[in-house]
Amino acid sequence: MATALRRGRTWWAGSVLGRHLLVALLGLVVVVVVLESASDFRNLQLASMAYLGIAAGGLTVLTGLNGQISLGHGALMAIGAYTTALLLDDRDAGTPLPLVVLAAVAVTLLVGAVVGAAAARLHGPYLAGATLALAVAVPGIALYFKEQLGGEQGLRVVLPDIPTWVLDLAFFVTGQDLTRSRYVACLAWLTLIVTFVLLANLSRTRVGRRWRAVRDDEVAAELAGIRLGRARVSAFVVSAAAAGAAGAMMAITVRLAAPSGFTITLSLTLLTAVVLGGLGSLGGALLGAALLTFLPQVVTDLGVDAGLSDIQAAELAPLVYGLVMVVVVLVAPAGLVGTARTALLRRRLQRAGTGTSTSTSTDTAAPTSTSTTSKGTTT
Amino acid sequence: MQQLLNTALGGLTLGMVYAAFALALVLIWRSTRIVNFAQAPMAMVTTFVALVVVDAGHSYWLAFAAALVSGLLLGAVVERLVVRPVEGGPEINAVILTLGLFIVLHALAAVVFGNRYRSFPAPFGVRGLEVGGTTIALTGFGVFTVLAVLVTMGLLLALFRYTDVGLRMRASAFNPEVARLLGVRVGRMLTLGWALASLVGSLAGLLIAGGSLVHPAYMDSVVVYGFVAAVLGGLDSPIGAVVGGLLLGVALSFVSGYVGSQLVALAALVILMLVLTLRPGGLFAQAAARRV
Repeated sequence: MATALRRGRTWWAGSVLGRHLLVALLGLVVVVVVLESASDFRNLQLASMAYLGIAAGGLTVLTGLNGQISLGHGALMAIGAYTTALLLDDRDAGTPLPLVVLAAVAVTLLVGAVVGAAAARLHGPYLAGATLALAVAVPGIALYFKEQLGGEQGLRVVLPDIPTWVLDLAFFVTGQDLTRSRYVACLAWLTLIVTFVLLANLSRTRVGRRWRAVRDDEVAAELAGIRLGRARVSAFVVSAAAAGAAGAMMAITVRLAAPSGFTITLSLTLLTAVVLGGLGSLGGALLGAALLTFLPQVVTDLGVDAGLSDIQAAELAPLVYGLVMVVVVLVAPAGLVGTARTALLRRRLQRAGTGTSTSTSTDTAAPTSTSTTSKGTTT
Repeated sequence: MQQLLNTALGGLTLGMVYAAFALALVLIWRSTRIVNFAQAPMAMVTTFVALVVVDAGHSYWLAFAAALVSGLLLGAVVERLVVRPVEGGPEINAVILTLGLFIVLHALAAVVFGNRYRSFPAPFGVRGLEVGGTTIALTGFGVFTVLAVLVTMGLLLALFRYTDVGLRMRASAFNPEVARLLGVRVGRMLTLGWALASLVGSLAGLLIAGGSLVHPAYMDSVVVYGFVAAVLGGLDSPIGAVVGGLLLGVALSFVSGYVGSQLVALAALVILMLVLTLRPGGLFAQAAARRV
């Protein structure tokens, strides 16, 4: 019994992939249960939480692990969404959905490689400005090529019929018929889980360590034989691919790809989600996406109760995001998850410290706790 | 031929505004090494202040002055209360902070002033002047725009070059430590710098709004153009910002006139990428190539 437990524990500590897959499997079960019990409206809401989560996950890897900031992820999502819309323009399009999503990811990946190659030379405010310009420029392309990309109205996305085996499987598992919005939500969450497993795995391997090394100290990383440019471009490409998948899911959920969906606000909102949750933490990105999806309704209702008009109350949600963003940077630069993690680590260290003799515990606990905080705050 | 001339004239007028906005960004960059992305909504808020004054039945000029003064105050308050803690910290924190401010001011303006398009008055005619029987694209308000920006630049130049305060501000931007040792109150100089930059920004906002529509988002693209103009001239060089603004204004005006107004932002992006790749320090880089 004890040896089995110990063996389990060493497996848990040793196998990164196994651990991630186990968490993903648990997540899948939770998702199926939640989506099954949710109404159609909630399902669509959860689907939009999923696509925001995918994009935020990609952005958190870029900003948190590699230290590059991007205000252009909204534009990258637009590229994914428009690719999806072009492939799914009518019911007889016939392209299977997984292929469509892969195509959207591939196109966004290519664009991401070009942008990333340019961005690898920039840092801080220059990078922010350049990607902001990207976010402003991309919707203009859709407006200019009115014939192909639908101009202001955008392109409609026609969701292909649900394959019969999926319907059968859903009926077999849940005993209910699969509605279209539930199908969309399941797709979005499945994509989220796959993306997160890939991102989590990547960030724990050599690639992820390189990204972190480049973020923390360029000179040291270069001395260790890491090519700075290659590490930066690869981080941007991975992040762009996630944004492409998010864009595809957004197109399928909203069933429309239009310039008004990809304003600067979307890019800034994604950044809010990432900052809120804590840079570099996928769980934090998901938490941020959840707040972005569910907070507006709560805040708007509060605003209406307080006597504001509907239009005014609708602006309260961005106000809250912005304020939270400012406060997080000023008070807890590690974000919600990062700060909680640091506090937890510190408490664990203190508890470990009281077990041994007090003189050594203060010596060892102090430097370790400061190093964890600095790890959380350096971005 | 006439279209060429008109496009160039329109570009120069617009370029003047971009130049002013770029100058505001450069002023802040030089003193605190922060690109203030919140400059656009700050200018937008002051324009709405002017609109409130006009709606209350006062003259345009009182509204103009009110906007500039509120710009000055807003800049000082923002620097002192919000930006001060991140100065000198990791640059990504400052970027995120100014973007947070961007969202806050945006939403605040939409809550307080309403989220719809409103027309903004202009003190001079907004129809083309007539020269030798033909109408050219230069409007009375355009002339005012050019003059206002030129006067502001002259005043700033005089301030920095010939006054004691200007010298102290330059010293604290150049080397805060040494300036502090020599008795300059660096913190106050930084606040003053932000206030002045915000004033110039709100001037740009007023000039763009004149005779046109304002909306909480009406300055959003201007911050991108201002940034491109500032980088084009070199983020460290006020002269560069002005030249960059004019060049960008003319270039974008030609794109808008001959290709399509939807692609203006894309053209700005292309110009930005070209500058950053070929000459990262900008056209007026003084020092040897600096890492961007």
